[in-house]
This record gives sequence, C-alpha cells and structure tokens, in this order.
Amino acid sequence: MATTTITLPQTSKASGYSRAFLGMFLRDLHVLRRELFPFVLRIIMNPLLFLFVFTYVMPHMSGGAMMNPTATMAEHAGFSFSTVLLPGLMAVGIMFSGIAAVALPLAVDFGSTREIDDRVMCPLPTSLVAMEKVLFSAIQSCLAAAIVFPLAYFIPATRPVVHIASYPFLFLVVVMASLLAGALGLAIGTSVKPQQIGLIFSIIVIPITFLGCVYYPWTALHSIKWLQIAVLFNPIVYMTEGLRAALTPSLGHMPIPAILGMLLVSFALLSWVGMRGFLKRVIN
Amino acid sequence: MTPGIVSLRSLQKTYPGKPPVTAVAGIDLDVPVGAIYGLLGPNGAGKTTTISICTTRALPTSGSALIAGVDVVKSPSEARRHMGVVPQYNTLERACTVEENIQFHCMYFGFTAAAAKSRTAQLLEQFHLTERAKTYPNQLSGGLAQRVQIARAIAHSPQVLFLDEPSAGLDPQSRIAMWDSVKDLHNHGITVVLTTHYMEEADELCDRIAIIDNGKILVEDTPQALKASLGASTIYELSLRETTPAITAQFQQMPGVTAVEPTPKGLRILASGHREALLPQLVNTASNNGLLDLSITEPTLETVFIRLTGRELRE
Repeated sequence: MATTTITLPQTSKASGYSRAFLGMFLRDLHVLRRELFPFVLRIIMNPLLFLFVFTYVMPHMSGGAMMNPTATMAEHAGFSFSTVLLPGLMAVGIMFSGIAAVALPLAVDFGSTREIDDRVMCPLPTSLVAMEKVLFSAIQSCLAAAIVFPLAYFIPATRPVVHIASYPFLFLVVVMASLLAGALGLAIGTSVKPQQIGLIFSIIVIPITFLGCVYYPWTALHSIKWLQIAVLFNPIVYMTEGLRAALTPSLGHMPIPAILGMLLVSFALLSWVGMRGFLKRVIN
Repeated sequence: MTPGIVSLRSLQKTYPGKPPVTAVAGIDLDVPVGAIYGLLGPNGAGKTTTISICTTRALPTSGSALIAGVDVVKSPSEARRHMGVVPQYNTLERACTVEENIQFHCMYFGFTAAAAKSRTAQLLEQFHLTERAKTYPNQLSGGLAQRVQIARAIAHSPQVLFLDEPSAGLDPQSRIAMWDSVKDLHNHGITVVLTTHYMEEADELCDRIAIIDNGKILVEDTPQALKASLGASTIYELSLRETTPAITAQFQQMPGVTAVEPTPKGLRILASGHREALLPQLVNTASNNGLLDLSITEPTLETVFIRLTGRELRE
C-alpha cells in the first residue's frame, strides 16, 4: 500500500470557510446538472397545465370565461387573465423550487439517509451549511422564474400586458423572492417531522398558493377586507406583488417599499426559524 | 494524566425530558497518539453520545472535550479538521458516485479540484475500490459502503478517526476486512477511536479499552491487563440444582481457586493453575449438589464486564 502524507492546505479561517462553502456549492451544482431534465420538468408542469387550461382551453370554449370567475373579473377591469397569471405563476415556480430544493431533500436526509452528515462535518459553521442550501435553492428559483416567464407569456391565447420599467428592480425582486423561497424551504424542512413531509403539500403549499394573490392581485381583495389583511401574513403575497410591480404594473399592486420591506422581513424571519431548526436537527 | 490526542475531562451529558436522561455521567479519558482505542459497553451505555460530543454532533452539559488540543465546543469547525468520522449508518451521498463522494469531501476541506482528484485516486487504490469508482452507493454491499465511508472519512488526513459501532450490520467476512482496514490505518499512524459492544472486536483490534456502563468508565486498560485483572487462567461455570454456603466454602478452599461467585444458574469459579488437578475435584464436589452442566472458558472481556457489572454485555 502506498504511503503518502497529505498535508491540508494551510489557510486562514475565512478562506477555509469559503473553500468549504464553494465545495458544497459545486457538489450541488454537479448533482443538479445530472438531474437537469427532472428539474426542468418539475418547474414547467404546473404552469404549463394551468396556462393551457385557463388561458388557452377555456377562452376557446363558448362561455368559457363564465366558468372562470377571475378571468371574468379581469376582463371587466380591462386586462386579460394572462396578465394576472404571469407574475403569479412565476412566484409559484420560485416558491415551489424552494420547497423542492430544500424542504424535501432535508426531510429525506433527516428521516432516513442522513446524507447531509458529511457536509455538516466539514470545517464550516453549521449555520453556513444551512445557508448554502438556501443560496443554492435561490439559484434554482431564479432559473425557475426564467423558465416560467416565456411559458406564461407565449401560451395564453391573449398575450399578457408586460411593462418592465426597471430591469434592476425586476432583478432585485426575483433575487429577494428566490432567497425567501429558500428560507421558507429551510423552515419547513426543519420544522415538519420527516414522516409528515407528505402533508406539507396539503397544509402548507396549497394554502399559501391559493391565498398568495397568485390568481388575483392583492388590490382586488379590497372588497373582502378581512382576507386582504389576513393574507399579509403569507410571504408568497410579497413575491407575487413584487413581480406584479416589476412586470405588470398596470394591474395595480402594493406599495413598492412595503413589498421590498416585507420580502426582507420574511426572509430574515424564516431564515432564523430555519437555521434554529437546522441546528436542532444536526446537533443534539 | 498526560492529555491524549482525544482528551475528555468530567464530561457529562444529560438529555432534558421527563425524566431527564443522563447518557454520559462524568467521563475522564485520554487516548494516546497512534492507539486503536475501544469504548466497550452494552447498548445505551453512553458510547455513542460520548463519540457524538467528540465529533461536535452533541453539546456536553458540562466538562470538556479536546481533539488534538482543540476544544470541540469552542471551535467545532477547527476541531473537525483533525477528525474523520464514520457513523453507524450509511451517509454516502446517493446522488454521487463513490469517486465523487470522496472528491467532494476533499473539496470541503480546501483541496483544489486537481488535488482532490489525485487524493481520491490514491484512496480508491488503498482501499481496493478503484473498480467501484463509478458505482453509486446504493449498488454497494454494506461492507463495501463502509469501506468507502472510511476512505472518505480519512481523505483529509485527520489525526483521529472515530468509528461508531463499525461492525453493526456487517457479515463476518466484511467485519474481518474492516478490521484489516483499521489495522492498516493504525500502521499509518492514525489514532482510531471506536465504539463496540462486540468484545471479540475490542479484544482483536484495540490497544486500549475503556469499559463503559451507565455513562461511566468502569475500568480502562489494555485488553491483556483487563483479562489478567481477573487473576485467573480458567473459568468454570457450574450449573447446579442447589447452591449452599457449605459447598461454596468447599470450592473456595480448593488449591488454585481465586474466586467463587454466585450466578443465576449456580456458581462461577475462577481459578489459576493446572486444569487436570482441579477439574475432578470440582466435579466430585459439585455432583453432591446436583451438577447439571459445566462449561470451561478462558477469561474474556465479557467475563471482565460480568465481574464488573453482574450483567452480560449483550443483555
């Protein structure tokens, strides 16, 4: 057997941390590249079917709009339903990527495989291991947003009205929403019991989607005041409203400072909850 | 006590709850550099908790743990650079091949991609895994998966390797292969700390052993010294219909008998000297009390454990 002495690279603490962080990032990238097809499939199925049925099939039916009250409402207000859906479906894509990239793998890790153990044992503070997952998930969310946009733009029978006044603002909203989605995934993945992870779709994902101003703008809720206030606790609302402000401002949206402020607050809160949960799961 | 490469002082760990559970109840331990050190004890003795604290995966309630002089509570990230860990379960990344598992591990520890690649190739060869380089972990047998885990754990050349119950779930052949790997690492100067409840494993592999029960170290020494501490070369287990103080006294007076202890089935007699002289006498005397069965063994670590706790190791 060959005897070789290996000396670890002598590095400063910060450089050691960044190398470990980069190593984990490259590992995630490697795995994602290998699973690119299922990744893309996962992102496109929901918006594809939703757009196909609600913005293509139904408008072609006689009286189809009658079956779709939101579409009727949108048309009365003078804009197409596809304009409402474009930012909404992008937000769902972003949010769902956070769940799929962080919450589900963590549940599998904690529940059975414990694959994350090798990363937890690397020379990096444990909270940064969790942060890497959030950051990598955010990149997947940005990709998801970029994939959903052309679908939501080209599939509908009536093109959505898109007006991007500021690209930096759009970029900022997408990045903040993506980070928030990662933090949400971390909070869910570490607080739900691994055996119950199947339940998160019915008790978390579906409610926050339907009450997340995805299929209607927040301003349109003014007639149901209590609901308009209640949904403010749902972080998805700020993702959809942010995208609405950046992409389809003609529809009306929440004030921009409120959107950005709440994206930041929700991110900080969910990161804190997620990080605590993560530490609890990996350190006894 | 000279501080060892693994040095534990008054280590305690109590899990809160109703009632609170004390898993580690004050452990002082020093593992000499280059040793294969065994923590031997029954399930639930506190071995895994002790290892978890050493490997930064559990926080002690009090006391300290130093690995290569680094405090695992104060500087966990730094301490991890000095240790490799193989847990009880398979934690290989299912989405990565054997080769990638080791390569990425190297990169977490600061290797460049090229250095990680060459270190991986070297380890695959060392552990006879080169042919499995492109295999995914779920295609590996338990023994092979564990070999990969050991290779991965030492990829960053740690000073100490922790193995938690390395024999659990392995067939006898894989167990022997694992022992060979551990002895090889030992020859390369790596200190190995392992937990086990197989006394054969502790006896075969370890230079020193700490016998742990109820979160405390009962005794700590070399396997030879522990067995010698019984002061006997032969152990006779007698199964008797009835045990009387008179017969116990009779056995005690026989030449070579060092101890007579009651057991649930009869008596255990520890003796030194020649078997031929004592055995007929034992049988004759025991026959008067209804001798049902007799077994003769050499002292083992199991016997040491039974003497210390009155229980068997695998109860």
